[in-house]
Amino acid sequence: MMPPDPTTPGGALLVLAILLPCAGIILSFVLGGRNAERVALGLTPFGFALACAIAFHVASAGKPIVYALGGLAPPLGIALRADGVSAVMLVAAAVILTAAGFYARAKFATPEGGPESRSALTFWIMLQAIWAALTIIFVGGDLFNLYVALELLTFAAVPLVCIDGRPETLAAALRYLLFALFGSISYLLGVALFYGAYGTLDIPLLAQRVQSTPIVWLAAALMTGGLLAKTALFPLHLWLPPAHANAPAAASAVLSGLVVKGSFFLTLRLWFYVLPALSAAGAANILGALALAAIITGSVLALRQARLKLLIAYSTVAQIGYLFLVFPLATGAHVWSGIGWSAGVMQILAHAFAKAAMFLSAGLLAEALGHDQIARFAGAARALPMTFLTLGLGGLSLMGLPPSGGFSAKWLMLQASVASGQWVWTLPVLAGGLLAAGYVYRILTPALSEGDIMLKAPPKRSREAIALGLALIALALGFAPQGFFDLLEIGRPLAAGTLQ
Amino acid sequence: MSVLPFLDVALALLVVGLAVWTIAARDLFASVVGYVAYGLLLALVWVRLYAPDVALTEAAVGSGVTGVLLITAGKRLGAARAGEAGPSPGLALKLFAGALALLVAGALVAIILILPDPAPSLAPQAAAAADGPGAGLGNPITAVLISYRSFDTMLEKVVLILAVLGVWSVGADKAWGAAPAPLGRRNPYGATVFLAQMLAPVGAVIGVHIFWVGADAPGGAFQGGALLAAMWMIAMMARITEPPRVDARWLRLALVAGPAVFLIAGLAGPLMAGSFFAFPHAFAKPIILFIEAFMLLSIAVALPALVAGPPNGRSE
Repeated sequence: MMPPDPTTPGGALLVLAILLPCAGIILSFVLGGRNAERVALGLTPFGFALACAIAFHVASAGKPIVYALGGLAPPLGIALRADGVSAVMLVAAAVILTAAGFYARAKFATPEGGPESRSALTFWIMLQAIWAALTIIFVGGDLFNLYVALELLTFAAVPLVCIDGRPETLAAALRYLLFALFGSISYLLGVALFYGAYGTLDIPLLAQRVQSTPIVWLAAALMTGGLLAKTALFPLHLWLPPAHANAPAAASAVLSGLVVKGSFFLTLRLWFYVLPALSAAGAANILGALALAAIITGSVLALRQARLKLLIAYSTVAQIGYLFLVFPLATGAHVWSGIGWSAGVMQILAHAFAKAAMFLSAGLLAEALGHDQIARFAGAARALPMTFLTLGLGGLSLMGLPPSGGFSAKWLMLQASVASGQWVWTLPVLAGGLLAAGYVYRILTPALSEGDIMLKAPPKRSREAIALGLALIALALGFAPQGFFDLLEIGRPLAAGTLQ
Repeated sequence: MSVLPFLDVALALLVVGLAVWTIAARDLFASVVGYVAYGLLLALVWVRLYAPDVALTEAAVGSGVTGVLLITAGKRLGAARAGEAGPSPGLALKLFAGALALLVAGALVAIILILPDPAPSLAPQAAAAADGPGAGLGNPITAVLISYRSFDTMLEKVVLILAVLGVWSVGADKAWGAAPAPLGRRNPYGATVFLAQMLAPVGAVIGVHIFWVGADAPGGAFQGGALLAAMWMIAMMARITEPPRVDARWLRLALVAGPAVFLIAGLAGPLMAGSFFAFPHAFAKPIILFIEAFMLLSIAVALPALVAGPPNGRSE
C-alpha cells in the first residue's frame, strides 16, 4: 500500500528554489571567468522571487506546503516542507546573500576580457552553493537529505574562509574544516541510529514514532553535539573567530549572518520537530547553561580585541549563545513556549541582518583606512559617517535597545523567562546586553573622538548603502506586526500528542 | 558446525587490531599502509554482511582512492615539512580525545546490542512499489540511489564539484588555470609503467562493466567510476599521462556532466511522469542508465582531480 502523495499546491516552488542555485553552480563552473559573476548575480532576483512566493503560499494557506519528490510519499521517498519559519528564513537568506553578492562585486569582479581568477571563481560559486544548501536546510523534511545539505554548506563555507590565500587564513580554514567534519560524522551517526531504530528518516513520521529510549537519546546527543560544533556554541567556538575574521568581508557577513544559523536551524528541527514527544527539560537546561557561558565568554573576549573584525567575530560567539536560550524557553507545550519560540526566531533574524551589516561595514572601513585597529580609529567617524552609522545601528540591535529586532528578541526572552518562572535566564539576557553595549562603545568612542585621519580611498556610496540597508532591516524587525509572529507559528508542533 | 563464525570473529579482531595500529603507527607511510589494509578488510566485512555494493565502494573509495590521496599528501608534506610543523598536541588533549572516542564507541556498542531485531526496513515497501517509478531495476541499491533518493544522489554530485573547486582554490593565484603537479617521478623503465600498461586497460573495462551490470547486479556508477578513476590515477603515477589543466573546458564539462544531466532529467520529470525526479514507467531503465553513464564520467574525473590537488604551474 502506497501512502497518498502529500504534495500541496505551491510545493513545486520548493524544488525550483533548490535547483535554481544548483543550476547556477553548474553553469558558473563550466562557463568560468566573468560569466560566474554574471550567473550568480543574474539569478539573485529569481531566487528572491521564489523565496517570496513560498512565503506568500505558506502565509495564505495557513499551513506548511509540501512536495514529495518523484511522487513518492515518505518513508520511501523524500519530502520537502516549508512552514512559517522556513518561509521567513528563506526570504532573510535571499536578502542577505543578494546584498553580499552586490557588495562583493568591487572585490571579485573579473574585468572584461580578463583571465579567470582563482578567488573570483571560488567566491561566486560558493556563494550560490551556500544559497542552495541553506534552502535545503530550511525546507528539507528528511534527516539524510539534511545531512547532504550540511555537507554542501561545509564544502561551500570552508573555501570562503581561505579565499585570500594567506597562511593564517589557511590555518583558520583547516581548523574550521576539522570541527565541521567532526560535526558531520557525529550527525550522520545519529541519523543511522534513527534509521536503525525506526526505519524512516522523515521528520513527521519519526516524530510520531520516537519514544524515550536509550537509542533515541544517544542519537539525539550525537546529532546535537555535531550541530553544536558546526554552530560554534561554547565550548566548541574555538574555530569561529579566526575563520570569520580572516574571510573577506562579504564572505564574513554570510558566514556569521547565515551559515552558523543553518546548523542551528537543524538543531531546532531536531528538538522541536523530531523529538517534541521527549520530555527534554534536562537537555534544554544543559543547552541553556552553555548559552549562558557563550554569552559571557564571547562578550568578554569581544571587549578585549584590538581588531574590529575579531571583535565582531567574538560578538557572534556571544550572540549564538542567545540563540540557544530558545531551548529552555520554548521546550514543551506551555503557554509561554510560543513566546520563547518567537524570541528565538527573532534573534536569528535580528542577528543575521545586524551582523551582516557590521561585517560589511568593517570591510569598507578596513579598505578605506588600510587597517582595522580600533585604537587608531580617531577621527574616522567624521571621515566615514555612513559606515559608522551602520556600525552604530547594528550595535544598537546587538545591545537590544529599542527599536530593533534585537530588542524584540530580548524582550520576548525576558517575558518567556518570567512567565515560565525560569528567572535564571534573565541574567544572561541582561548581562549580555550590558556587555554588548561595552564592546559597541569601544568601537564608537575612539572613532567619534577628534583626530586627523588619512583615507586611502573613500568607499563607494553604493556599498555603504547596502550595509546600511541591512542594518535598517535589523531595526525594522522591531516593528514586526502580529501577522509576522502568526506566520512563525505555522507548522510548529505545539506539544507532545498534538503533532500535525 | 560451520567454520564461518570463527573466521568472522578473526576478521573482526583483525580489523580492530589494524585500526589501533593505524592510529599508533609513528611513521606516516606505515600508518597509511595500515589504513589501506584496514579498508580492504572492512570490504570483506561488508561482503560477510551480504552488502556487496557497500563492499565494492569501500574497496574502491575507502581503501583505493583515499589510500592514494593520503600517500600523495604525505609525500608532499614530507617535501614541505622542514621546520614548518607546529607543536604536537599535549598529553591532556590526547587523553581527552581518546576518552571521548572511547565514550562514543562504548555507547554505540551498548546501543547496537539493543537495536530492534529484526531491524525495521523499507525493503518490503520498496518491493510493493515496484510498479512505481523505480521499476525495472533488479538491484535495489541502484533503485534507492537513482530513484527513491535520486535527489540526494544529485546533490552529492554537486558536492563533488564543490570539493574539487575547494581543493583547486588553495593553489596560488598566479598558477590558476595551470595543471596540478605530476603524481610521481618520471622513470620510463620503472615497474609502475609496466603495471599501468598492463592493468589500466583491463581495469577500465571492468569499471565500465561494473557500471553496466549495476542496474541488476551489485555495482553501479559510483563503484564503476571509482575503478575508472583508479586506473587513470595509475596512468598518472606512471607518468603515461599528466593531470589536466584546471581551466580545460573538457575537464569542467566532464565534472559537471553527471549533476547537470541528472538535474535536467529531474526538471523534466513533471513533463514525463507528473513529478520532479519521477521517471516514466516504460522508460525508467534507459533513462536511469543514461543518467548513470554521465555520473560515471563525473566520478571518474572528480576523484583523480581531488588526488592531483591544486594547480601548480611548475612541471616537476
